[in-house]
Amino acid sequence: MSDLLNIKNLSVDFNTPHGVVRAVNNVSFDVPMGKTIGLVGESGSGKSVTSLAVMGLIPNPPGEISEGQILFEGKDLVTMPEAQMRKIRGNDIAMIFQEPMTSLNPVFKVGSQIAEVLMLHMGMNPKQAWEKSVDLLNQVGIPNPKASAHKYPHEMSGGQKQRVMIAMAIACEPKLLICDEPTTALDVTIQKQVIDLMFDLQDKYNMGMLFITHDLGVIADIADDVVVMYRSNLVEKNTTKKIFTHASHPYTKGLIACRPALDKNPTRLLTVSDFMDENEKELIVPPERMKKVDKVYKFNEEENPILLEVKDLHVHFPLKGGILGRTVDHFKAVNGVSFKLRKGMTLGLVGESGCGKTTLGRAILRLIEPTAGEVIYNGANITNLDKKQMRAMRSKMQIIFQDPYSSLNPRMTIKDILLEPMDLHNIGANKKEKIEKAKWLMEKVGLNADQLSRYPHEFSGGQRQRICIARALAVSPDFIICDESVSALDVSVQAQVLNLLLDLQEEFGLTYIFISHDLSVVNFISDEVAVMNKGEFVELDKANEVYLRPKQQYTQNLLSAIPKGIPKELLAEQNS
Amino acid sequence: MSNNWNYIIRRILYLIPVLLGVCFLVFILFNVTAGDPVLMLLGKHGSPEQAAALREQLGLNQSWFMQYVDVVKSAFTFDFGRSWSTKQEISSMIAHGAIPSLTLSLPAFFLSTVTSILFALLVAFYRGKGIDLFIRVTCIAMMSISSLVYILVFQYLLAYKWGLFEISGYEFGFPNFIYYVLLPIIIWVILSLGPDIRFYRTLILDEIYQDYVRTARAKGLTEKKILFKHVLRNAMIPIVTYTVVQLPFLLLGALLLESFFSIPGLGGMTINALNSSDFPVLKAITILSAIAYIVFTLIQDIIYTIVDPRVKLQ
Repeated sequence: MSDLLNIKNLSVDFNTPHGVVRAVNNVSFDVPMGKTIGLVGESGSGKSVTSLAVMGLIPNPPGEISEGQILFEGKDLVTMPEAQMRKIRGNDIAMIFQEPMTSLNPVFKVGSQIAEVLMLHMGMNPKQAWEKSVDLLNQVGIPNPKASAHKYPHEMSGGQKQRVMIAMAIACEPKLLICDEPTTALDVTIQKQVIDLMFDLQDKYNMGMLFITHDLGVIADIADDVVVMYRSNLVEKNTTKKIFTHASHPYTKGLIACRPALDKNPTRLLTVSDFMDENEKELIVPPERMKKVDKVYKFNEEENPILLEVKDLHVHFPLKGGILGRTVDHFKAVNGVSFKLRKGMTLGLVGESGCGKTTLGRAILRLIEPTAGEVIYNGANITNLDKKQMRAMRSKMQIIFQDPYSSLNPRMTIKDILLEPMDLHNIGANKKEKIEKAKWLMEKVGLNADQLSRYPHEFSGGQRQRICIARALAVSPDFIICDESVSALDVSVQAQVLNLLLDLQEEFGLTYIFISHDLSVVNFISDEVAVMNKGEFVELDKANEVYLRPKQQYTQNLLSAIPKGIPKELLAEQNS
Repeated sequence: MSNNWNYIIRRILYLIPVLLGVCFLVFILFNVTAGDPVLMLLGKHGSPEQAAALREQLGLNQSWFMQYVDVVKSAFTFDFGRSWSTKQEISSMIAHGAIPSLTLSLPAFFLSTVTSILFALLVAFYRGKGIDLFIRVTCIAMMSISSLVYILVFQYLLAYKWGLFEISGYEFGFPNFIYYVLLPIIIWVILSLGPDIRFYRTLILDEIYQDYVRTARAKGLTEKKILFKHVLRNAMIPIVTYTVVQLPFLLLGALLLESFFSIPGLGGMTINALNSSDFPVLKAITILSAIAYIVFTLIQDIIYTIVDPRVKLQ
């Protein structure tokens, strides 16, 4: 089999005000024709930079390919003149990006965005190109392609936009398709559809594929070979089966172990740092840490009384119309939800985007006013409280948001961030006491107490989410809503934060509602799980019951869409 | 689309209460709190009979309510009565003054907007390179010089010494007026180039780092095509926000330039009316500016629906 792409000793440097940073260091691997190579690594490992280097899209300045060759069908792309490179880009090598929401130009029709590539590389006239775009939209499974070609990106769902991106990428029948986290921003069911589509197209056009992701679960399902990158270096490359059965590098082992499974898990997830220390030296993981246990759901009336009861909660948003802008209809984001939650327990809330899970979480805290229904917290109906009483209540009920990058004020030090809620709720007698508490909080969430005077940008994503947790804990709450709190984090960091949440729950008897679109994460952390669709609960039961014996068709579909995280050949061997 | 029409009709209907509110403010400002105009007009030597006659003539002996109704009537009929100082019909004074003002401000505005956007695209194309730095430094230098320097130096050199333009004044009728407005237009453009280029450059650079631009590059498009097609269309959205709200003020002309070049436009008229406490003229200008402002924000909303398909008026 001939190689389509050979990357040989590739190094990429970025000139920053703090000196030269090497983003990719001496990386070599090949992509054969018709095969899929998985490129795995955490954010900042250099995997995206590698793919941009192949496209010749490294922003220069500040970036620069300092060494190595990228051979595409034997021709070196690194030394190729820009005008010639433009003929290859979008034509022989195409790329699909992570964010379908922002990767399409918002002001042009999707049909003309696809047609643009065809006119550029295939020399079609506008009419031919438009007809071909409609045909491509049909191939990627967009319903009613003729009419859809006239739509603007904002009129489509995330999954449809990613299909449009795929249509654009395969328009000129490229020999190599680079996919940079193409499904990370999508729901599991949509992810499955998009991946299935990509592989149908790969078969059809015999494309080589370079599939970049941080999620080994997806890789297991799709890749022939896997390349693992860590801190700018290639640490391991092998066939997918060997990677999953005989990983040699401790980072790869950690990466495989840290993703929660759907059936059994250890009481605390393993993380990369269990497998290797700061200097990438392998550590021995104690066998008791590896032991997977069955989930048990137990409570007693004494210790776990009912803390929160939601009765027939509705949140409706008015839709306006007519000359006078009257309300003509309602969008029912939450439509009659009821449940009880015991103290010290976790309710997981799963569902696809737009199902109303975030609205429900916010309505419970009255960050959005419920339209109807009751929220009874600790025996008191909080839907009737006035503003002042509600503010007092807020110290008991906290929320941790999804994006640790934007939910911390960049102009405030960590000390200010932690002291603000304490000031608001009169916690701590004086400044000294408050600072003591802030230091204690930092240690509780696994950060250094000396770092209080720093600003959020000096911390990594995982550390920032720890700060968000510390801020929520500053007012000593009993109840915390985690709204997609680990979704933006790398798998290993996600495992660390999940472990932290469990530790804190054990220590302080916290009660959580854990909202996520990631079913395996919800399974790991929750005692009970509610599956939500179109504003209503489809199923609410103990976590084990929902995952192992789902009663509703909707839940079954959702579960079957999750990547197994086990290579196909391995799965076949296990079954025989 | 029917939604858009509903919205436009609704906005035009909103004009009525807003205009009533504007009239009320104008009434409070000029009829209630501004002091007795009769004393100002007659001076201290007027007899009580003269004062009474003038008061009746100006309609000031009527009740507050009827005086407010007069203001409202003028706003809806555009009949603002006569000026106290020149005794002319105010509506014809405004129509007469609008011509010199607009012949100066409209071309100046469009010229400066188009040139700044073109320069901004140029610096965005060469971002981080020598040309970018040179134009940015030039912008700062141009902004650092007082507008008076440009006016005086240009009047002295270009108009007086070399006789290329008229030094000041105005002549109605084409093509004569061109000799009078050309120099102030050039100065207007030079004055706005510095801040505008910097502003548009920021807008365009904001767009250049968006994901869809990366997609466009991955298609194999040239940088020029990306800039003029993909980036400019998106940058039009903030550009419309910035430019359209300035349009109603063009009606008032340029206060400073009109007075330095003795152009008999609305700017000069307003200043004269302020100096002579000519209340009817000031009322008319205030009401007209309010109407122009409301109309142009509506036009802005309509333009948004053209440049940005995501905008739905409702």
